[in-house]
Amino acid sequence: MSLSFLIRRLLGAIPLLFGISLVLFTIIHLAPGGPLDVYADNPSVSAEALDQIRARYGLDDPVPIQYVKWLSAMVVGDWGLSIRTGRPVLDEIVLRLGPTLLLGGISMALAFCLALPLGVISAARRGSRLDEAVTLGAFAGISLPVFWSALLLQLIFSIWLGWLPSAGMKSVGDGSLSDRLLHLIMPVTVLSLATIASWSRYIRSGMIDVLGQDYIRTAYAKGRRETAVIALHALRNAMIPAVTVIAIDFVTIISGAVITETVFAWPGIGRLFIESMNGRDYPMLMGLMMMGSVGVVLANIIADLAYAALDPRIRHG
Amino acid sequence: MSAKLLDIRDLVVEFRTEAGLLRAVKGVDLSIAAGETLALVGESGSGKSVTSLSTMRLIPEGVGRIAGGEILFRGRDGTVRDLVHLPGREMAGIRGSEIAMVFQEPMTSLNPAHRIGAQIAEAARLHEGLGRKAARARAVEMLKLVDIPEPERRAEAYPHQLSGGMRQRVMIAIALVCNPTLLIADEPTTALDSTVQLQILVLLRRLQDELGMAILFITHNLGVVAEIADRVAVMYGGRIVEDAPMAEILTAPRHPYTRGLLASVPRTDHAARAAGRRDRLQAIPGSMVDPLKPPPGCDFAPRCAWAQEACTAAVPVLEGVASGHHARCRRWREIV
Ligand SMILES: Nc1ncnc2c1ncn2[C@@H]1O[C@H](COP(=O)(O)OP(=O)(O)O)[C@@H](O)[C@H]1O
Ligand SMILES: [Mg+2]
Repeated sequence: MSLSFLIRRLLGAIPLLFGISLVLFTIIHLAPGGPLDVYADNPSVSAEALDQIRARYGLDDPVPIQYVKWLSAMVVGDWGLSIRTGRPVLDEIVLRLGPTLLLGGISMALAFCLALPLGVISAARRGSRLDEAVTLGAFAGISLPVFWSALLLQLIFSIWLGWLPSAGMKSVGDGSLSDRLLHLIMPVTVLSLATIASWSRYIRSGMIDVLGQDYIRTAYAKGRRETAVIALHALRNAMIPAVTVIAIDFVTIISGAVITETVFAWPGIGRLFIESMNGRDYPMLMGLMMMGSVGVVLANIIADLAYAALDPRIRHG
Repeated sequence: MSAKLLDIRDLVVEFRTEAGLLRAVKGVDLSIAAGETLALVGESGSGKSVTSLSTMRLIPEGVGRIAGGEILFRGRDGTVRDLVHLPGREMAGIRGSEIAMVFQEPMTSLNPAHRIGAQIAEAARLHEGLGRKAARARAVEMLKLVDIPEPERRAEAYPHQLSGGMRQRVMIAIALVCNPTLLIADEPTTALDSTVQLQILVLLRRLQDELGMAILFITHNLGVVAEIADRVAVMYGGRIVEDAPMAEILTAPRHPYTRGLLASVPRTDHAARAAGRRDRLQAIPGSMVDPLKPPPGCDFAPRCAWAQEACTAAVPVLEGVASGHHARCRRWREIV
């Protein structure tokens, strides 16, 4: 495990990303409709104007040519222009990245801080009332659709009780810290609930597996007590199987929590994706999806590095 | 012989299983004097590990429990305490410090994520409050003690970088780091190659000479302990069926099961090896009693060539055969 390993992994990801881009490009162009459909029934947009727009965005070219053009621009860092807004794709993405990182980051941090103790305690007290309660909660959290819990929260806390703002990042004309925090509460809750549920399961099963290992008995035989055994001997080994899941989930959410952002009108990547999808904004969609793909590839590499940090058998080959 | 270090009286251990209540240990009496080596011998499933884990109070909670008896242990301060009823905190203070244990599985008993040195010093840091530096020095010293070459370098290694024999040496170092008065070795050589087995036995014997601890040596192979044990207790179906000084077990066993065990010892002495063969083992016919369905009377009767009808009527009592020699067989007088 070294710098050369890291470089090899990164280089190895390049052909993969090419492949992904080809597939994504094909799929979004195969989907019915196109970016100019919105103007089709609009009598004030002439056929000539449409042809002009089509030519400007290269939509006349056959799809393979379009792909080559897109790709050759992309590799030199030109993400193209959004068909919907006319602004550079990269600028639009950067603009939306902040809110998504804020929402996703807080949700993931919270999810980790809660999932870890829940998973550990329910593993250490397997079969107890507490474990059963956590298990039930986890399955509820995993099986509740996000849009449903989001709408339910909105109904209760915004409409019935009026305690929390129902949407957006801040109130018009406000923007104080407390106002922003109030806006965060519901989206963070929705986003972290499902994650807590699934991560706590992974941590629980990893922990149960490790607690049955012989070296745990060795630790007790040395005179260690339960808390120390878990903290010093079990935790690190129990985290190993959960690492990949956590890394991938993290990226998935950072690259846009589509439903949560949509329900709560959160101006992040997820909503940008839906907006771009509706407008068949090809350059924007490609930019967003490629960003997500790079994220997943990086998450895998980071997960491998984390494995190596946790497990010396991997580190030393 | 000085006063007893460990005195197990009428120990009963039960497990809750899906098939019902399993009584793994059914009234075991065992005692060990300071510095003595007692071999606890019996086939797999006879309750040896459960007896030793009970002494460490390491029976998995919720699944098993000590249902009766006492485990009297004389501490360094001279007070005798019943480990069965010791509060968890005090028991943890004894584990690793006064009573230590080496397990059968050297490949899996070390934490794969920690360095060897840290694992060895852990108990010393815990019980003696050793600092980081002193702990390191102690770990290296212990590695030297168990004959591991290049101890400074090995202290930095991880378990997967060591062979099985090396790992068992490390386990021994872990167990002895606080200089315990009692070492429980549960089949410490069973998982190892025969040459390595011998090395580990020699090592344990030397360490006992140097450090003076008592050893409860558990094995299913009587041949393994002939050299190092002072006394032998033979276990079958959760009971002690015979106990005697080592020499007497070898020359005058009185229980048919002990005789069976002796006949099944693989000959690894020079004569056998020179002849280029290992004598066919005369395994005891039949299989270990099912602890869920023990037969009426003597547990061994269904497999015993000496069994009579009376044997199935009641569990025989442990009778005195000679000074320090007992057998749980109605017909011991006839078995010579
Ligand atoms: N954790 C457990 N749960 C249920 N039964 C157990 C458990 N540990 C041991 N036993 C049972 O207790 C009996 C004695 O086992 P053990 O002491 O391990 O035998 P051995 O003499 O081979 O060390 C066996 O029948 C075994 O199945
Ligand atoms: Mg055993």
